[in-house]
Parts: sequence; structure tokens; C-alpha cells
Amino acid sequence: MAQKGTWTVKTGLAEMLKGGVIMDVTTPEQAKIAEEAGACAVMALERVPADIRAAGGVARMADPTVIKKIMEAVTIPVMAKARIGHFVEAQILQELGVDYIDESEVLTPADEQHHINKHAFNVPFVCGARNLGEALRRIGEGAAMIRTKGEPGTGNVVEAVRHMRLVAGEIRRLSNLLEEEIMSAAKEMRAPYDLVLKVAREGKLPVVNFAAGGIATPADAAMMMQLGCDGIFVGSGVFKSENAPARARAIVAATTHYNDPAILAEVSKDLGTAMPGLEIATILPEQRMQDRGW
Amino acid sequence: MIVGVLALQGAFREHQLVLAGLGVSTCQVRKPGDLQSIDALIIPGGESTTISKLLADFELFDKICSMVEEGLPILGTCAGAILMAKEIEDSTLPGLGLMDLKVRRNAFGRQADSFEEDLPIPVLGEEPFRAVFIRAPQITGAGPDVEILASYDSQIVMARQNKMLAATFHPELTADQRFHKYFLSL
Repeated sequence: MAQKGTWTVKTGLAEMLKGGVIMDVTTPEQAKIAEEAGACAVMALERVPADIRAAGGVARMADPTVIKKIMEAVTIPVMAKARIGHFVEAQILQELGVDYIDESEVLTPADEQHHINKHAFNVPFVCGARNLGEALRRIGEGAAMIRTKGEPGTGNVVEAVRHMRLVAGEIRRLSNLLEEEIMSAAKEMRAPYDLVLKVAREGKLPVVNFAAGGIATPADAAMMMQLGCDGIFVGSGVFKSENAPARARAIVAATTHYNDPAILAEVSKDLGTAMPGLEIATILPEQRMQDRGW
Repeated sequence: MIVGVLALQGAFREHQLVLAGLGVSTCQVRKPGDLQSIDALIIPGGESTTISKLLADFELFDKICSMVEEGLPILGTCAGAILMAKEIEDSTLPGLGLMDLKVRRNAFGRQADSFEEDLPIPVLGEEPFRAVFIRAPQITGAGPDVEILASYDSQIVMARQNKMLAATFHPELTADQRFHKYFLSL
């Protein structure tokens, strides 16, 4: 019997996306530009995070028509965002046939206490995390892929770097613990014991971990890869820049050749202006997207 | 012996891990110079459009094709199988065009239709092989020199032509080493 929606099948697609760039797109035309530039998947949404931030108000799942049109426009995988805790938006996205659901802090949370029970779905989920405990809570709920939260829509990579360093540092610390110390570590990081034990033994996250939130240049992408990320999400960084096709292509090349400064120097040339950035300290605490979810 | 694994995008590390388990050295291939000292090449699963563009941008197509024509053993899984085929249906995607195969991308459907299944593969022995199909392509045609090694639902899923081996599933995602052992024996 062919088995669909298994853990291997869910995490398997994330494995295939590794070393690639997943780009936010809002129209079929942008999706084609992303595919042409070498994106390994696109994220279909109504507005990129920078515009969501500027517009304020409640941000929700995109219109199914927009998502369907983007799915028809490209042959690469299409992801879409549901609000944190909004399991009905997720049911609708699964019904539409999207390849991955991002339960995302970029949208306004629908539940302040509970994230979606992702085990209940056949479609795989990716979720954001600021630290190891948060990553393992999401995996415990069924996320088959993790990404840093960063601070979306800022074009400022500093928060993604913070989150990735934190996760990597906590994994290193766990690897040095004695087995009898694991339960206490699980209690401290408020994460499921069996997952904490698994990470301690294997020295790595049990699922693929991408960088997201503030990546705007090829150098940003390569830096996140050198810090140990498996791949890159670019939200506003491509289509809020001056020359989206060139920048998209350059970020793809930089993600592959992240350890080759000569190629990074070459692909960073003549890309036009990057998206305007935001200093994190100028964002009011209640407007920080990374603090949504727990 | 060193097996090169094309590391432009996709699940290249998983192939390296399986080979490390077999005691075989590997290296990652991203530029033509990386091909110099390899004795076999693996093109992993990933996104075929992405890998194709990077093969072109970093000038790997010609060098790989000439090395395979001179007898370099090559394995392609999923996206790798697509790129090795002579013909890709309904697509202008540039491939390596090495094996006399016709393939159709995403032929099983989207992720919702991805699946795993115990597959009889006689060349790997009696025990079925757990095959993982992720947005998998189908091999819709094969030339006379191609040996069909496995089928699923009357679709060809594993095929060989001399020292070229293609599978539409992902042997790198399971712990079973038999598939890679078979490739190394070619």
C-alpha cells in the first residue's frame, strides 16, 4: 500500500528544498520571475511582510484565487501562509493542494495560546522559531521543517542571525550534557523530553532548518548558510528591491556558493538598491512580529 | 575511490551520508574544477529547474557530459533522473541528455500525492526496498539500450543504461544501503 502524508514524506520535501531559496511572491508574474531566477519554491501571499508591516491591521491567509493562479503559473513547489493557530485556514490551504503550509508570525495570530496541531494534516508545515525550545515545541506539534523567525519585512538580518546562533549554541550545549541532565534541560527550554534527548544525542535538529526574516542581499544569504542554515527564505528582499530578477538570481547563486568569496563578490555586483531597511530598535515592541507565537 | 555529489541544491548531504556509511569517500561538486578527481558522480534529488540553471550558470553541463561519455558512472535520483534524461516532456528545461529516457516532471502530482511504498527491486535482492517518492517524475519511455530495473503501478521508476543509473524515488532518504552498493558495483 502506498502511504501518503507520512513523516518521511513530509520531511522529505524539506530535504529536497535544502541549499535553495524560497521566495515570497504575490502574483503569478512574480512567481515566474522567481522560478526563472532558480528559486526552489515560492511562498504565495497577498502582500510581502514589508507591506503588511506598513499597512497594519489584521493580516490573513491569501485569497485562494491568488494561490491557485500562482500554483498554475509555476512547476516548482508552492507554499502558503496560515495564521498561527488558525487550523481552518490550514484546512483550506490543504484543500487547495499547496505543497507546504507556513504557520506564520507574519500574519496576525488567530490563537494566542495554541498553535495548529500539525499532525492532523497530510500537508507538511514549516514554522518559525527564535530558539531551540520553540523549534522543538513546533516539531512536537508536527512541524516538518523549521525556519528562524528573524524580524520579517525589515531587510535587517540581525534577528535571524541572533535566532540561528541561539539555536546552534543550545544544540552544542545539549550535546555536552549527561543523560540525567536532559530532563532538567527540557524543563528549562519548555520542550518535549524525547525531542530534547534526540537533539542531544544527534547534535542537530531532527528537521531541516532554513533562515528567514530580514535577508536582503546575497551576502546575507551566504552568512546564514555559513552559520549552518539549510536554505533561505527571502520575503520582501527580492520584490522590494530595485532589480528583482537580478537580485533573485544572485541570492540563489550565493546560497549555493556560500563558502566561495570570489563567487560571492562577483554575484553581489550591480544589483541596484536593496530594499530599504529598518533598524530593529525603531520598531515598537507590540509591532515585533517575532514575538507572536511562543 | 571518490564519489562526487553534485551540491548545487537539494539532498546532496544525504547521499554523502549513505556513502560514508559504506566507507566511501565523497566530495561536493559545485564548479567544473571539483570534477577533476572523482570516480563517479551522483546528481541528487532537489528542484530540477534550480539545479539546471546552476549547472548552466557555473558551466558544468559540458564537462559532466564528456566525462560520462568517457565512462564515468553516474547516478541520478528524482531531479537527477530528470536531468539525465534525453527528453523532458512539456518542458524547455535544459538537461544533460545522457540516458535514452523520456520523463515527465511532477507526474504523480503535488506534495499531497507524495508517498512511500515497499518496492520489489530484483537487482537489490529479495527483500523489497522502501521507496520514497516526493513530487516524483515518471519515466514515460525508454530506448532499447535501457534496462528497466523497477516499476511501480506500471510506471518505470528505476532504470540503467551501461554505467548510468536513474531512479525517480529517493534511496538517500532511507537507511537501506543496497541501492548505493548496487551503484558502486556498476
